[in-house]
Amino acid sequence: MGKTLFDKVWDAHVVDTIENGPQILYIDKHLIHEVTSPQAFNELEQRGIPIARPDKIVATADHNTPTVDQHLPVKDALSKKQLEQLSENCKKNNIPLYGLGHEKNGIVHVIAPELGITQPGMTMVCGDSHTSTHGAFGIIAFGIGTSQVAQVFASQCLLLQKPKSLRVNVNGKLKKGVLPKDVILYIIAKLGTNSGTGYFCEYAGNVFEEMSMEGRMTVCNMSIEMGARGGMIAPDQTTFDYVKGREEAPKGEEFDKKVAYWKTLPTDEDAVFDQEYWLDAADIEPMITYGTNPGMGIKITENIPALNDSSFEKSLNYMDFKKGESLINKPINYVFIGSCTNSRIEDFRVAANYVKGKQKASNVNAWLVPGSQKVAKQIAEEGLQNVFEEAGFVLRQPGCSACLAMNDDKIPEGEYCVSTSNRNFEGRQGQGSRTILASPLVAAATAVAGKIIDVTKEVESLELA
Amino acid sequence: MEKFTIVTSRAIPLPTENIDTDQIIPARFLKATDKLGFGDNVFRDWRFHKDGSANKDFALNNPNYSGNILVAGDNFGCGSSREHAAWALVGYGFKVIVSSFFADIFKGNALNNGLLPVQVTEEYLKKLLAHLQENPTSEVIVNLEEQTIESAIGKATFEINTYKKTCMINGYDDIDFLISNKDKIKAFEAKHV
Ligand code: SF4
Repeated sequence: MGKTLFDKVWDAHVVDTIENGPQILYIDKHLIHEVTSPQAFNELEQRGIPIARPDKIVATADHNTPTVDQHLPVKDALSKKQLEQLSENCKKNNIPLYGLGHEKNGIVHVIAPELGITQPGMTMVCGDSHTSTHGAFGIIAFGIGTSQVAQVFASQCLLLQKPKSLRVNVNGKLKKGVLPKDVILYIIAKLGTNSGTGYFCEYAGNVFEEMSMEGRMTVCNMSIEMGARGGMIAPDQTTFDYVKGREEAPKGEEFDKKVAYWKTLPTDEDAVFDQEYWLDAADIEPMITYGTNPGMGIKITENIPALNDSSFEKSLNYMDFKKGESLINKPINYVFIGSCTNSRIEDFRVAANYVKGKQKASNVNAWLVPGSQKVAKQIAEEGLQNVFEEAGFVLRQPGCSACLAMNDDKIPEGEYCVSTSNRNFEGRQGQGSRTILASPLVAAATAVAGKIIDVTKEVESLELA
Repeated sequence: MEKFTIVTSRAIPLPTENIDTDQIIPARFLKATDKLGFGDNVFRDWRFHKDGSANKDFALNNPNYSGNILVAGDNFGCGSSREHAAWALVGYGFKVIVSSFFADIFKGNALNNGLLPVQVTEEYLKKLLAHLQENPTSEVIVNLEEQTIESAIGKATFEINTYKKTCMINGYDDIDFLISNKDKIKAFEAKHV
């Protein structure tokens, strides 16, 4: 029987197998940030264990950083302490840190691909569940807890049970205005928030083959929202072209050698998955969520379903929505374009393209937060910043920002926010805030209209980037 | 890590499904750089109103309920990988979480902190939740050695990885094990490109 992409990468990293138990898996790259690493550093220090491979770790500050006035000292005392501790820990252990204000700083899952750290065939972990993003390159990338961060520090390995395999196939032609974000929101709404639990998911079909790397990252990013530890897409020419020439990518002959290996990774034709789904691209439309988990999504033109279930009702109650109602024309005062799901250059191009020549609605507070310093620079260089500013939008500095509202970027209680992030949990964007997940196109359209509108009607006349 | 054998306790029913780690410990409490004190803020925004007063309707504030076993709705612990969620539950005093389904990362985090996730069938869960709501003083016994959960509604078995079970019973953690395999890891590194 043939092997899956996942099998090939996994098997190449198994150090040892314990009888009736887990396997020891070698980790090629370990990304860390300020929030989930301090306790792991402390643990090692207390036990007198050195960091095994500091050269395989890269650090950034992103979760708990301000998105304005980054050149000034951080005001919040606890955040400041957390950031200082990261700097000290990295310095002490010789770990490269792209901290606040550094030209390579940004959200961990945005910077690693753009610097060429993320390469096909790798195993990669980070104390953050959206590490699944990197699977877009055909790598095994997944989020880990702080105890596991300490394990990787101590040994560059993890003890793991091999997950089951799942493949989601989407074939056909996507409608105009349907973005990668809509594809993944559709998949999660269709299959459910725990459909992926226990599995590692591969996305296959012409829809993903034709997607840019940015789009693939958006899709793989939200694998965790259906419960899967990670998602993967087979590396192909699009992948190789993206990696080539990046700062930390292999160069010259070494690159060619790598490509030859990467080409062997795609799933064999006769491989069998534990679970497999087929979806039709033509069924997908721009999506929005109406509830408090990412599986509670509908096509923007559909009505909220009417289920009789106490958890469902609790959720609608929190959102102050009614069963059977449409969200079209709902007034919205907050729009957030950012997060590791949608804060890459392509996302801002789509938004700017829609916004061009229009004005932001006066009731809307729109926060545009690029995923990295490099994206911010590109936004300025490509003239998108002018487009946004002329339309009345303000661009902030890179970071996780309102995706998890650990810094000051919080949506006020009771307010709705149409957000390009990945989680609509209760209070995720600030205590009492109500999140509606959507693509950057839907978010931009909401910011202009001041309410949710049916973008499908408008996209016909639009040249999408 | 504390050793785990048998827990006999009253249990707190929390029937909500899809309880995510943002509810277990909201992000604004993640600024600490140690593992202490998270128990004070477990389920913070469900336990307390915005003005700081206790929400009487929430199970943890119900004086009829007590114990170190939490019985929760399906798909417990989904969302963020924050281990702070496990620290918060342990800090509050829980030793066992019973549900019909656990999210992967949470399950691993719980096991790494001596908190036992006990997965039961949907039917067992439904009955147990209903029973506890009507009989708050009823006790539940969780036996790790035998992999059983016993309550007034009957006895059921649960699965746990053999390796993890040994770790929990002996209070070992993965770091000790991995370090004892240093030579194998070194040998692997030498041939791995
Ligand atoms: S942007 Fe949001 S989801 Fe992504 S790493 Fe930051 S907090 Fe996590």
